[in-house]
Amino acid sequence: MVGTAAVALEEPLREEVEDVVIRFAGDSGDGIQITGGQFTQTTALAGNDLATFPDFPAEIRAPAGTTFGVSAFQIHFGSRDIKTAGDAPDVLVALNPAALKVNLGDLRDGGLIVADTGAFTDRNLKKAGFEENPLENDSLANYRVVAIDVSKNTLEAVKDEGLSQKEALRCKNMWTLGLVYWLYDRDRKPTFDWLTGKFKSRPEIANANIAAVNAGHAFGETMEVSDGGVAYSVSAAEIDPGLYRTVTGIEALSWGLIAGSQSTQLDLFFAGYPITPASSVLHTLSRLKEFGVITFQAEDEIAAVCSAIGASYAGNLGVTASSGPGIALKTEAIGLAISVELPLVVINVQRAGPSTGMPTKTEQSDLHQAVYGRNADSPLAVIAAKSPADCFEVAIEAARIATKYMTPVMLLADGYLANASEPWRIPDATAIEASPVSFHTDPNDFHPFLRDETTLSRAWAVPGTPGLEHRIGGIEKSYSTGNISYEPENHQKMTDTRNAKIDGIAKDIPDQTVELGGQGGKMALVGWGSTYGPINRAVQILRSDGHDVSHIHIRHIWPLPANLESLLGGYEQVLVPEMNTGQLLTVLRSEYLVPAEGLNKVSGQPFKVAEIVDAVRSRLEK
Amino acid sequence: MNVQTPPEKLTAKDYASDQEVRWCPGCGDYAIVRAMQKTLADLQSPPEKTVFVSGIGCAARFPYYMATYGFHTIHGRAASLATGVKLANPDLDVWVISGDGDALSIGGNHLMHVLRRNVNLQYILFNNEIYGLTKGQYSPTSRLGTRSPSTPLGSVDAPVNPASFALGCGAKFVARSIDSSQKHLPEVFARAHTHQGASFVEVFQNCIVYNDGVYASFTEKGAAEDNQLIVEHGKPLVFGKERDKGIRVKPGAMELEVVTIGKNGVTVGDVLVHDETNKLVATLLVEMERPAFPVAIGVLYCNPSETYDGAVRNQIEQAQSKGGKPDLNALMRSGPTWTVD
Repeated sequence: MVGTAAVALEEPLREEVEDVVIRFAGDSGDGIQITGGQFTQTTALAGNDLATFPDFPAEIRAPAGTTFGVSAFQIHFGSRDIKTAGDAPDVLVALNPAALKVNLGDLRDGGLIVADTGAFTDRNLKKAGFEENPLENDSLANYRVVAIDVSKNTLEAVKDEGLSQKEALRCKNMWTLGLVYWLYDRDRKPTFDWLTGKFKSRPEIANANIAAVNAGHAFGETMEVSDGGVAYSVSAAEIDPGLYRTVTGIEALSWGLIAGSQSTQLDLFFAGYPITPASSVLHTLSRLKEFGVITFQAEDEIAAVCSAIGASYAGNLGVTASSGPGIALKTEAIGLAISVELPLVVINVQRAGPSTGMPTKTEQSDLHQAVYGRNADSPLAVIAAKSPADCFEVAIEAARIATKYMTPVMLLADGYLANASEPWRIPDATAIEASPVSFHTDPNDFHPFLRDETTLSRAWAVPGTPGLEHRIGGIEKSYSTGNISYEPENHQKMTDTRNAKIDGIAKDIPDQTVELGGQGGKMALVGWGSTYGPINRAVQILRSDGHDVSHIHIRHIWPLPANLESLLGGYEQVLVPEMNTGQLLTVLRSEYLVPAEGLNKVSGQPFKVAEIVDAVRSRLEK
Repeated sequence: MNVQTPPEKLTAKDYASDQEVRWCPGCGDYAIVRAMQKTLADLQSPPEKTVFVSGIGCAARFPYYMATYGFHTIHGRAASLATGVKLANPDLDVWVISGDGDALSIGGNHLMHVLRRNVNLQYILFNNEIYGLTKGQYSPTSRLGTRSPSTPLGSVDAPVNPASFALGCGAKFVARSIDSSQKHLPEVFARAHTHQGASFVEVFQNCIVYNDGVYASFTEKGAAEDNQLIVEHGKPLVFGKERDKGIRVKPGAMELEVVTIGKNGVTVGDVLVHDETNKLVATLLVEMERPAFPVAIGVLYCNPSETYDGAVRNQIEQAQSKGGKPDLNALMRSGPTWTVD
């Protein structure tokens, strides 16, 4: 099934394809994420639309060759708009047997496997659970296979650079990248530039990696696969004009926080405690000190949120980020911020739970925690990002709501959004709508719970302001003086006011729009967060098949948009796809008494488009 | 606007808020709040730049009684809140008010880190060796055998020594005083205020309801002089009604002993001279326990080093001095970009 011939094709016949899904997979030490990142960059520069899905184990260096140590990076790119990282890979690059074992099930029939025979040793095969070498029997008959000793070829390619055997073998990933570049007609130069910059102080490493890319590419030129060509081209997509870059959710979130601090004209204070997959926000912001950002790695999650509240009290935009278990620890302090009515942005990069769960796998199962998960009647605002790039706008919106309404805002992202990347038309930071904060400075008739009549927001008087010295705390306070109060009627009034303040935000957010489809019809698919891509693509496909379905995607989870109830009323059926067991679903049902149904997936993996399409079809064709 | 011109000189009364004090009559906290108001008047601290941050417990009500900025937060977390306040605005003078349960039980972790980081604030721990607000359970500083609602047969776990804990955490300023010592207490508070960095002050505070007289053996009239050692930098460690007792390093051993001056050939010259910059001396002094030793009071250790908030600001200023004005547009356009026409 494998043939490598020395027939060099000068101009390979390339088959034009609309979109392609490639998955790189190997040991967590094989440099898979770097390979994927480079392919992404090059593909973006080639003008394709794209979406990526990095999927890696929680273990930093799991024992080599094991199935639980497999790291993968999937990219979906094409000449049309790309909404998801793709259901089934067309190409699987497997740098060892474990990578093949774990990922083979996802590969489409007839897909291409590139396997490193050098890593298919008896020992590795056994570790991966293969009884015999799948490259040497007919178990892969449904696929096309390029089996090549990547290790040996890489060592040969880099031998002139004088690297140690270990260092030389690290170039394996670049050899495969070169081969895949050839398969899809990608330009090698962006990767050469990146390698030269990255290994500036060790040019021999840069040169070796470049040699490996070139060798992989050259191998492609001379390669022959038994049942037909493997050279493809993917034309550029039609994309709105503008200046683009690729962006991950973490980058967009971090830059959005800076933009939010600029639009509110506050200094940004960010406190975090290391937790997967939220730590990268702390890493990103700690490198941006020139923006005046204070980053604080606290001793625990509680100290992180408390220091952010302290910073807000002193007049900064206090922000903290974590994932579900860390948010649970912060909960008491979030209640304090609700009680003393201070701005606070709490980012939850959700992951699979409960408890430690699966830290590197994605899930959307903290919506109830965000909306309801506190002692007492403790309302706050909840908003969710739908894509990596959307994190930017959502962060700005979180800063606006937190400061305008003097409230904690929970910003929901998830592990998939955080690590995935997509092309982004870079916004103009100077064009972001300003929502400047003005601190209270007038000592006349001042008390700390003076309220704005429209927003019900309390006066923000920061320490350092003469004449406004005051005391606040978590004890209930008098509506009319701000002093401690245990009066029954007052507690009722304060509870009602806190609720009314948050409910009132609904008047200050855009009406819910329909992403795709009509304002009414047979079925609405209502999503939130990172399910945006698969839902949108599924609705696209269903609509082109003639189904009367629409996609509604909710950014403002709490309070919900004012028109949502009437909007949902226009559809015969409401289906809510979520990566949980039905959390937005229960919120919608309890708020609106709509007979919505759930479509739920909790495997740690994003929805496949086909899963949604099939689920809708089976309901509509019932 | 009719901003009032502040009086030329603020008095202790000017630092008292209009709120009715709600501690039990006779509580040691009254004396501490009085001493604090006197301290701030002595220092002429601007009320608008002074912030009291507390956790939960009897002591934590303290900020309500001060006519400054105040934040009554949640149990154990005052140090973390205060760290955020100080990082956000280093011009503020931040005082943390805590009790033995708040600081050393639920908040022990935060106390450790605020001290080792050396955040420039004052941490005042009111130690009454009991949980007062929750009605009398034993606390992490209660002595072995303390009978309380939760330990009717006596507590069986060893207490923590707050000053020793603070030194172990790397605190650069550790002091002790007593609620009723209305002359000494403001002096210690003022020293804590002057010190740049995290200043830790343990105040022995009497809980009249649940633990009355727990410090009587060294605070009551008649007992104090023979059972307290008031330390002063550069002065010999002498105590006693007749000023005839001293502390010295036991010859041939790494420990302290009490000696009587004028007996067995001992002179004042043999007595250890207090060096507040010497951590080893401080470590030995805080471990002295009655009845074999007097209880050491005063500034036991003071050895300033760079503050955390100062270092954080320095890094930001250095980053800002390198480039021009920070530009978000430039940041977002750094790295590979491409133009679609």
